[in-house]
Amino acid sequence: MDIPLTITETQKGLLEKKFSAVELVDAYLARINTFDKDINSFITVSEDLAYEQAKETDKKIAELGKKAFEEFPLLGVVTAYKDIFLTKGVRTIAASKVLDSYLPPYSATVVERLTDVGAICIGKTNLDAWAHGSSGENSQMGATKNPWNKEYVPGGSSSGSGAALSANFALLTTGTDTCGSIRLPANYNGVVGLKPTYGAVSRYGIIAMASSLDSIGHLTHSVTDARKVFEITKGEDRKDGTLKNAKFKMPNAKFKIGIPKEFFGEGVDNEVRKNIEGVMEYYKARGVEFVEVSLPHTKYGISVYYIIQPAEVSSNLGRYDGIRYGNDRSHFGAEAKRRIMLGSYVLSSGYYDAYYLKAMKVRTIICNEVNHVFEDVDAMIAPVAPTPPFKLGAKVDDPLQMYLTDIFAATANLTGIPSVAIPSGFTNSGLPLGFQLMGSRFGENTLFDLGEMYQKETDWHLKTPKL
Amino acid sequence: MNYIPVIGLEVHVELSTKSKMFCCCPAEHFAKQPNTQVCPVCMGLPGALPIANKEAIEDTIKMGHAFKCKIAKFSKFDRKHYFYPDLPKAYQISQYDMPLCTNGVAQLLDGTPIRIRRIHLEEDTGKLQHTRLDGKRVSLIDFNRSSVPLMEMVTEPDFKDVTSISEFLREVQLIVRYMGISSADMEKGSMRLEANVSILEWESPEDPLNPEDKSEPLIYSEILPDYKVELKNINSFKFLEKAITAELKRQEELLRGGKKIPQETRGYDEVHDETFSQRSKEDAKDYRYFPEPDLPPMRFTNQEIEVIKNGLPELPQEKRKRFVDDLQLSEHYVDTIISDKVRAEYFENAVSVGAKHNVGAKTIADLMVNKNLDSEYPEAEGLILKIVELTKRSFADASDVKAAIDEVVRSQEKAINDYKNGNANVLGFLIGQVQKMLKGQGEPKVIQELLLKNLQSN
Repeated sequence: MDIPLTITETQKGLLEKKFSAVELVDAYLARINTFDKDINSFITVSEDLAYEQAKETDKKIAELGKKAFEEFPLLGVVTAYKDIFLTKGVRTIAASKVLDSYLPPYSATVVERLTDVGAICIGKTNLDAWAHGSSGENSQMGATKNPWNKEYVPGGSSSGSGAALSANFALLTTGTDTCGSIRLPANYNGVVGLKPTYGAVSRYGIIAMASSLDSIGHLTHSVTDARKVFEITKGEDRKDGTLKNAKFKMPNAKFKIGIPKEFFGEGVDNEVRKNIEGVMEYYKARGVEFVEVSLPHTKYGISVYYIIQPAEVSSNLGRYDGIRYGNDRSHFGAEAKRRIMLGSYVLSSGYYDAYYLKAMKVRTIICNEVNHVFEDVDAMIAPVAPTPPFKLGAKVDDPLQMYLTDIFAATANLTGIPSVAIPSGFTNSGLPLGFQLMGSRFGENTLFDLGEMYQKETDWHLKTPKL
Repeated sequence: MNYIPVIGLEVHVELSTKSKMFCCCPAEHFAKQPNTQVCPVCMGLPGALPIANKEAIEDTIKMGHAFKCKIAKFSKFDRKHYFYPDLPKAYQISQYDMPLCTNGVAQLLDGTPIRIRRIHLEEDTGKLQHTRLDGKRVSLIDFNRSSVPLMEMVTEPDFKDVTSISEFLREVQLIVRYMGISSADMEKGSMRLEANVSILEWESPEDPLNPEDKSEPLIYSEILPDYKVELKNINSFKFLEKAITAELKRQEELLRGGKKIPQETRGYDEVHDETFSQRSKEDAKDYRYFPEPDLPPMRFTNQEIEVIKNGLPELPQEKRKRFVDDLQLSEHYVDTIISDKVRAEYFENAVSVGAKHNVGAKTIADLMVNKNLDSEYPEAEGLILKIVELTKRSFADASDVKAAIDEVVRSQEKAINDYKNGNANVLGFLIGQVQKMLKGQGEPKVIQELLLKNLQSN
């Protein structure tokens, strides 16, 4: 069967009995069983659970008809969770040998919320172990390949979520974005990726990477679907103390988008640059105003990030001592060890002031700069990464080069602002291209409106790779 | 050469909140089945996050008020990192450089001020049990205690002797119990003590930390000894006294012998009455503190701080003063009654009931302290009625009084005539005569009443 690419079409098909939920799961599983051995986007496929939930779904539709979709807004949405989202009773291992075969006794808030409104869990997706990485190559379960060209990386750290979505193994995948880890795989796979405002979505039950930077989001084909899912995942849950039930801003009638000049300097690949210029033309033709803005201190963003993040990582990984769960620390991979050492160093007495404290101060300056810019604009446009997808193995021997992939992603995480990655074309060699729109805190509605405006008369997001 | 003890204290108090510091598990953990009061948060499972216990924060501020501390308008939690099996996250959520309370003071009975450096809030660890399983030596971990709220108070090294330390600690225990924030029970581990002990060698007999000439400011870093020995794992006031005494003796001996004292942690061996080394504290541990990112900082308005202060019950020292000044009770009676908050409230209740029955505070105090009479009467009213009964004199009954009156009226003709002629003062004489006949057993009120009746009817 032709698997629909949007929630609306999927639910229409279910309601009109074009297919049942069980048949939908059949279709997705068939694709996974056929194609995923060459892509490696799943760590665990939860077949039994998916069928159980699919049968429940069909029952609900039979009993309630149209009302079923009103009561359960995501009914029938086949979902895969990045394998750092704890799923009760379903193996969760963060792609790490330390956790090996961990069966969580509870589920993340986001998992519970999505399940409560009808999402069907098809499995857990691959990632850079502990979410440490930008290419998927740090997974201890083998790297994930980019379905558009299997010699290329799918981006990371939510590599499996990006690949699984573009390969049509699920309708919705979840991820975390600590420095681009949703936006980069979305960008490299030609799908939409939402990094919400820090404090909008609960981190409870999601293995912590860097506590002040982790943002919980998702990947979908359309911006409309991203909006629908965000409606469900956002909001306080009394288990995560950093959440806020803030009033989300209402978008302006006319949009003004800032072009941060520091994101368009040297080092941006020509195809990426030209593609974004095309996007800007699209918007201009529809009445959106563009202005040049400047964020001078964002040039320190990646340095600041690579001090704060390892510090928090070294702290958050301390609990994996193999006593209560998992294997002992000797099972950590090289990248995890690297970040633990870096993090311990920058927090150590004698160095704390020079590194961690200094980085936090610069972070405040960057926040102030970004706040100032948003007094004047509704959003900012920028590339997600300096280059299109790169080949597997191209950067593994140079961690620093790998770190620089995140240079345009860092701002959103350091300042807590939301950002959405939207596909907007392909390179000459057929690899996905896209852009990101950054918004002010709790300004997701503006991003959704702008994204829908783009997807109204383009169809990049509906293209999928031939496997 | 003078050897002046320089001692500071660290007191940990487990707060008696209903739930733990950062999760909803019950905080009351004494003698519960191991690992039955745990959840992902206090077990440090992957993905778990802390939520701060508001009551514990308020309790700590109350403690700050009780010791006249400065309450921080802005405070935060910090992560304190170290590895130990009973610390599930490999960090303890505690407070580092912005504790809730600073710069307080307590006064000893002799007026000596003990400065309180800080009072902060943190979470407790799990408990290790070393035992044998199938012949093998193992350590079992019970996480019931993990994340229970712990309040830590640190004093400046203002103590110079063991008696003032005991006095101070008993008062801390009492204050905490009066405020109802902890049972502060040494046996149950809800109050734990540590002492930092050094000795200052000083040539002149004048106390360098308390000079007579106060014109020059004291620079403590130049005066205090450059080491301190930490005494830990001491679980009673008595043992703490003995441990400190033994440690001071050990240190003084070393100093007299010209030796340096290594900075370390020591425990107390009650069998041999001496301290022993537990681990070296030569290099201070690096806890890699940084602000806890999972908990927003705390901000308090002046009003919020005042409201907590106004909500404090009367503290032991205030009650003591009131009992001595208003009720004129002796210090011995006051100390005994005050030492138990429930008993003190009972006493006050009894005093107010007693006032209606002419029973004085001193009487009540005496019977409570010396005869423990209140233990038989759970209600103060009962106690008062008993006291009234005990102190009631047996007076002569009415018929005897009447007979005595008849006799006096018959025999005191002159006085009776004087009374009939308007001399009312004679009444007193006549009452006296009746009383004499009754050998002093007459109740004055009854005599007067019956006498007047008699005189009027004649």
